[in-house]
Amino acid sequence: MTETGFLGAALRSRSLVLGAVLTAVFVLAAVVSFAWVPHDITSMNVPDRMKGPGGAHLLGTDHFGRDILSMIMVGARTSIAVAVVAVGIGMGFGVPLGLAAAARKGSLLDEVIMRGNDLVFAFPSLLIAIMITAVFGASALNAIIAIGIFNIPVFARLTRGAALSLWTRDYVMAARVAGKGATRISFEHILPNVTNLLIVQGTIQFSLGILAEAALSYVGLGAQPPLPSWGRMLADSQTMISIAPHMAIFPGLAILLTVLGLNLMGDGLRDLFDPKIRRVGR
Amino acid sequence: MLRFAFKRLVSLSLSLVVASVVIFLFVEVVPGDPAAYMLGMNATEETLAALRDQLGLSGTLVERYLSWVGGMLRGDFGTSYTYRTPVSEMIGERLWISLPLALYALTLSTLIAFPAGIWAASKRGSVADVSVMGLTQLGVAIPNFWFAMLMVLVFSINLRWFSAGGFAGWESGFLPAMKSLTLPAIALALPQASILARVMRSSLLDTLSEDFIRTARAKGLTKRQALWRHALRNALIPVLTIIGLQFSFLMAGAIIIENVFSLPGLGRMVFQAISARDLIVVESVVMLLVFAVIVVNFAVDIAYAAVDPRLRVRG
Repeated sequence: MTETGFLGAALRSRSLVLGAVLTAVFVLAAVVSFAWVPHDITSMNVPDRMKGPGGAHLLGTDHFGRDILSMIMVGARTSIAVAVVAVGIGMGFGVPLGLAAAARKGSLLDEVIMRGNDLVFAFPSLLIAIMITAVFGASALNAIIAIGIFNIPVFARLTRGAALSLWTRDYVMAARVAGKGATRISFEHILPNVTNLLIVQGTIQFSLGILAEAALSYVGLGAQPPLPSWGRMLADSQTMISIAPHMAIFPGLAILLTVLGLNLMGDGLRDLFDPKIRRVGR
Repeated sequence: MLRFAFKRLVSLSLSLVVASVVIFLFVEVVPGDPAAYMLGMNATEETLAALRDQLGLSGTLVERYLSWVGGMLRGDFGTSYTYRTPVSEMIGERLWISLPLALYALTLSTLIAFPAGIWAASKRGSVADVSVMGLTQLGVAIPNFWFAMLMVLVFSINLRWFSAGGFAGWESGFLPAMKSLTLPAIALALPQASILARVMRSSLLDTLSEDFIRTARAKGLTKRQALWRHALRNALIPVLTIIGLQFSFLMAGAIIIENVFSLPGLGRMVFQAISARDLIVVESVVMLLVFAVIVVNFAVDIAYAAVDPRLRVRG
């Protein structure tokens, strides 16, 4: 496919365009928040507390009089940072493990990796997070580790499955005949061919990471004050939901739209990378 | 079939052993002395020694592990430090909220997902299909605790149909108790129903394109008859897998949702235990939930093999 053909197909995919736009909006909000936010959120502004949306505060203010739009922009940093690092942990460990397992299919290593994966799958990610925070204390860092650990088997399994079928291809056989070792083949010939799959799965895990971070922060096991986070904003709003519903509505919408954007982008990318798959949805 | 069940049973036991070792070591690596960690800075030497004894901290690592596992096998989960009651008793009471909640949510999720998925698949490409798929995209993306809060805002605060939280108790009767579990169950079920509807739809579409469906149509069945009589049963296998997997998400999801609605179930108990540093409770509840998840997935595997002999060979 030519470059323009690829770009053209990308632009024709409605879910990809919508997803990319939504994602871009939140990434942009996070980036801009480093340089500028509509209102300072580090100080309290009691006279302006719990103002509804409109006027000087587009999305209203919280119980300390802080601007909700500004909080959402800064909170986007936390969500994105946690999700990016968690996906990074998952790929960083999972992909090499999956490649190794596929290169030595049926070996003890393969067996150990796959059984280890089964075990991590048996623990719902939230339970891992709860255990980690129970033992090491609640923090954004521990939330990242907890979500990241759960990502490892996802990427290991995906990589192994895709790599196994690539190992039977002629060009891999040619590389073996040429005397290349398993490690070199894995990185030079197998890895580049699973990249598309990894990008699609990465997008999905990214969105799951954002949901997980929000849930953990909501119950107080994730980001701690004063670090702003969408999940904590929702937790703060809960007791005030009857008098200031906007405090609950906007951070939740931010999570919903970001996750929706990433999922749509993942679906769109999958169709784009693999036009052979019938469009039957997940 | 028996051989398959036996093989699965061996792998089930192995998973349980490894899971218990992992959980045990996790609590073991608490920096410093768990007893000192739980009691804080001002503990006296006697209370520390008493707690160490109670925790089974005297003896080697292996002895401690064996006494913990041995205790659980006899139904003795240790004694909660903060409540000074046996953990098994605490779990027993709270299980009567968490388990019905998970089952209620699972039922709702299935009741929503099956018709939605079947409807979308039978009208593939139509407005109905696109709307169902669009709604499921939303359902997957929505944080369920936020959806729970919105439902409280609408149905409890504005319409006053449901109470905003708490549990009526089974002693107040079946219906009032179920009523207080309704909003939590809907919140839990929504994302699961969305995933399940998508799986149902794509599995059904795959089956509908198979040869035996063409044969069924060729012998004169209508599209609808072919779908209900032949396709649906064959499309159910992946759907059942997902239902099995969802059980674990429901148990874990309940931990968060119970907090939204202040339901005194296992999830709330875990959180209270974490903030009270009551590690015996955390350890036991986590082990119990992992046990439930592993056993349910085992049961699903066995159920398929019983239904579909082709799956027995895979092991």
